[in-house]
Amino acid sequence: MNAVTRRKLLITGSAAIAGAAGLATAARIAEKYGLIPPDHGGLYGAGETLTYACHRVLTLNRPMREFPRSMISTPFVSPYGKLPSAYHASQAHNFADWRLKVDGLVDHQLSLSIADLRALAVRSQITEIACEEGWSYIAEWIGTPLSLVLREAGVKPEARYVAYFSIQDGLWDSLDLPEANHSGTLLTWGMNGGDLPVDYGAPLRLRVPRQIGYKSVKFLTRITVTDSLKRFGETFSSSNPQDRYAWYAGI
Amino acid sequence: MPVATEIVRTARLRHSLLVRLTHWLTFLAFVALLVTGIEILISHPRFYWGEVGNVNTHPLFTFHIPSSRDSVPTGYGYVLPDQNGWSRYLHFEAAWVLVLTGIVYLAYLVFSGHLRRNLFPARGQRSFRAYAACIGEHIRRIRTSSVELHTYNVLQRSTYLVVIFVLFPLIIWTGLAMSPAVTTAFPFVSSLLGGRQSARTIHLFVTILLVLFLIVHVGMVAVSGFRARMRAMITGKATLPVELAKKELP
Repeated sequence: MNAVTRRKLLITGSAAIAGAAGLATAARIAEKYGLIPPDHGGLYGAGETLTYACHRVLTLNRPMREFPRSMISTPFVSPYGKLPSAYHASQAHNFADWRLKVDGLVDHQLSLSIADLRALAVRSQITEIACEEGWSYIAEWIGTPLSLVLREAGVKPEARYVAYFSIQDGLWDSLDLPEANHSGTLLTWGMNGGDLPVDYGAPLRLRVPRQIGYKSVKFLTRITVTDSLKRFGETFSSSNPQDRYAWYAGI
Repeated sequence: MPVATEIVRTARLRHSLLVRLTHWLTFLAFVALLVTGIEILISHPRFYWGEVGNVNTHPLFTFHIPSSRDSVPTGYGYVLPDQNGWSRYLHFEAAWVLVLTGIVYLAYLVFSGHLRRNLFPARGQRSFRAYAACIGEHIRRIRTSSVELHTYNVLQRSTYLVVIFVLFPLIIWTGLAMSPAVTTAFPFVSSLLGGRQSARTIHLFVTILLVLFLIVHVGMVAVSGFRARMRAMITGKATLPVELAKKELP
């Protein structure tokens, strides 16, 4: 073996070791700063992780984008499945008995009526909802920031995600804690100056305007704070197993 | 007998390893983006202008094709299978391959001198006459000379520059302008294009231009010797039909 090939071998070898070590360090740092999404594995994991990490670094601390009132547009009802009888029973009482349960890794479990949420805080935001199909509309959404409810409940330090559930059987989704605490994430009970209509998720819908529409789950009944989404089975939302939708929908 | 089997190899590489690698990575990413892009499009084959648009608003134009969702009125009595989940996953992953490959390629373009030497029109080519002459050669179907084995003519150079510096940046920009997280953080990304729906419509137009480029590009490769050109882009080695080589190489 002559000197040149030995040098080449040494350079290539140390580059490979440095590369592997660099990747391992990057993965550890990324994990520490919450830059790895739960669906980081599999065929699409690399793209999903790059997107999620970049968005977390570049967009998380930016303020919410709001539109002028003049841009409120004709809305569109995203289709939803059959509602259970419990829903109709509550609807008959004008949702006065509707409760949002907050449990999991919290200091105090909560059970909040719409009136309780209203008493906690009222925020109005004019934001756009964009569906992964391609259509969109702008509306005024009125509600209570999820961050305030989480503060009320007292999130434990080991918590990392918030899972949220619809009254519709098996329908749920989840967010990381930073997204849940973002000022744009709104427990919405009003729309365009009035109550939230049934078609748009009455009496309570979680609006996540920084992500695609499927994260904005309608007919919300429960929020669970957790350290791992694996507690809820193999998937991280109900839109993942049936349609293979990405967990992070900021794009 | 086909002369293509008898070839003369030239010593210089036609395409450097980096150009070949980035070329095929871009091709793979482009095919993935195109197929998944069409899958996503058919879930809502209506296009709008401005910030918002949906079934209840007036479209700019509509593709009269069946849709993969029943929320869109198409006039067809059936709904296509919904492929949006994996299509979106793959679309954004392939977009990363495209962007990262593009960054490497751009750095190479600038620092290797490839951009200055081979892509900017050469000194003698920067005139309308040069364009006219080149177009004339194409119309009269003058065969590729050995000189062109190692260089691009002015039409190629101009086309590649438009694809690299106009179409690809536009397709990435319009793509980002549809991301709710990006546009929330940086509203100008979509507002400079006229809004989210305008961005989606421009994304489609640029896609059509890129597909046209692909068709013409592959067409020209086929006309000028498909096997030799493919061999050059895969192995890097330029080859010349022997009849031409005898005539032109010393």
